[in-house]
Amino acid sequence: MTRPAPERTTILDARALARALQRMAVEVLEQAQGTDALILIGIQRRGVELADRIAKLIEKEEGFVVPRGALDITLYRDDLETVGPKPVIGETRIPGDLTGKHVVIVDDVLYTGRTARAALDELADFGRPERISLCVLVDRGGRELPIQADIVGKQVKAGARDRVEVLVEELDGRDLVELVRRETS
Amino acid sequence: MTALGKDLVGLEHLAPEQIRLILDTAEPFKEVSERPIKKVPALRGKTIVNLFFEASTRTRISFEFAEKRLSADTVNVAATGSSVSKGETLVDTAKNLEAMRIDMVVIRHGASGAAQFLGSRIRSNVINAGDGKHEHPTQALLDLLTIRDKHGKIEGLKVCLVGDILHSRVARSNIWGLTKLGAQVGVCGPRTLLPRGIEELGVTVFRRIEDAIAWADVLNVLRLQLERMEKGFIPSLREYYRVFGVTVERLERAPRDITIMHPGPMNRGVEIDSRVADGSHSVILDQVTNGVAVRMAVLYLLAGGRPELADAAKRGGGAE
Repeated sequence: MTRPAPERTTILDARALARALQRMAVEVLEQAQGTDALILIGIQRRGVELADRIAKLIEKEEGFVVPRGALDITLYRDDLETVGPKPVIGETRIPGDLTGKHVVIVDDVLYTGRTARAALDELADFGRPERISLCVLVDRGGRELPIQADIVGKQVKAGARDRVEVLVEELDGRDLVELVRRETS
Repeated sequence: MTALGKDLVGLEHLAPEQIRLILDTAEPFKEVSERPIKKVPALRGKTIVNLFFEASTRTRISFEFAEKRLSADTVNVAATGSSVSKGETLVDTAKNLEAMRIDMVVIRHGASGAAQFLGSRIRSNVINAGDGKHEHPTQALLDLLTIRDKHGKIEGLKVCLVGDILHSRVARSNIWGLTKLGAQVGVCGPRTLLPRGIEELGVTVFRRIEDAIAWADVLNVLRLQLERMEKGFIPSLREYYRVFGVTVERLERAPRDITIMHPGPMNRGVEIDSRVADGSHSVILDQVTNGVAVRMAVLYLLAGGRPELADAAKRGGGAE
């Protein structure tokens, strides 16, 4: 018996993704009420690229270079034994002390909330930000923890067997967000 | 099973990609030690016993830092001297510890093969922190990482181990690791301290330190254990220094800058000149810094890291 090929639907094409990011950049600025204490931290891997893009859009708008960082949460996961870590842990780079800053965590997909939980724990070890907010390109629902995003690029309803795939130009050669539905057999 | 198998006994049975995985995993752990809070929760709730049957300062402390920075709970057992010997007693000690529900044992032992012996008899992960004249894998791994940091690669480099190759587990682990990653390996030392048939491991033998210096990109200068003189392997320490000492004068004649390494503890003025040890080409303290990162990587991978390298583990034989 052959399994039916998974069904792929485009959630965001390159232009829609660009528009979403533009809107997210504006919302980041609004919520932060300016750029003074703002720091964007991308979650490895694709969150780092998305944080970069948002920072560049803010720079174009405001003429201000927003400090950026990267965070790999692998070592803060709560499931080392069940999932196993990624082959190689990505870089964690925090631009200075976070105390008193407004940190915006940027990630590609918000699902169970466990990554965001781990990111909050990890950031707490780098200082005491005045505020931390969460900014995601896609919120696919299915939370297992009481966590929600402050800024969302696109909301979709995806089931437990579905996957949301985010491709970015810098790593994958093109911008695309797809929902991959697996047939329930 | 993890990407490395159950235990880390030595580099002899690891595949090149497993060695590279450890080095690549060590990379992000360097940064953890630079954080304001030098700790991540990856091994929270794991209990690790450091079982040191032989004296050690650097290696034990390095393992302990690595364990603590991963949030593991650690216990040090120094089973010194003659009361504890190998064989059943070693297993009994470990079985008793295991009955207290531990997860890992880091063992240093005077008998070659002790780590393997223990690993095959207990369920906990076993990490070899030096067994007799056999292997000292984490030392070789930190040496490899330091060489890669300094030169940007390992493949094609010429690395010469200098000194007491015969009794050195550091030399043995280095030879395995370096050759697996494509370096050319040389050894240099008095004939009495070179094992017979060492060429069969694919290394070049240098009888004179001057020839080794003319050839090498990296010199890894091994500690000359002082009791070797009493046992007649070398006539005197002063003569050893005169013939094999790594001195500024000798290095000045080298055709290129040579990276200087030493696993410690150093005998200044015996195998190495102080001005060389403290000189600008010395990476001896970088080795120590990298030691913590490499040990964190090994602990982390053995604890549950199941990256996509299962087939490499099978091919390489591994410890399990």
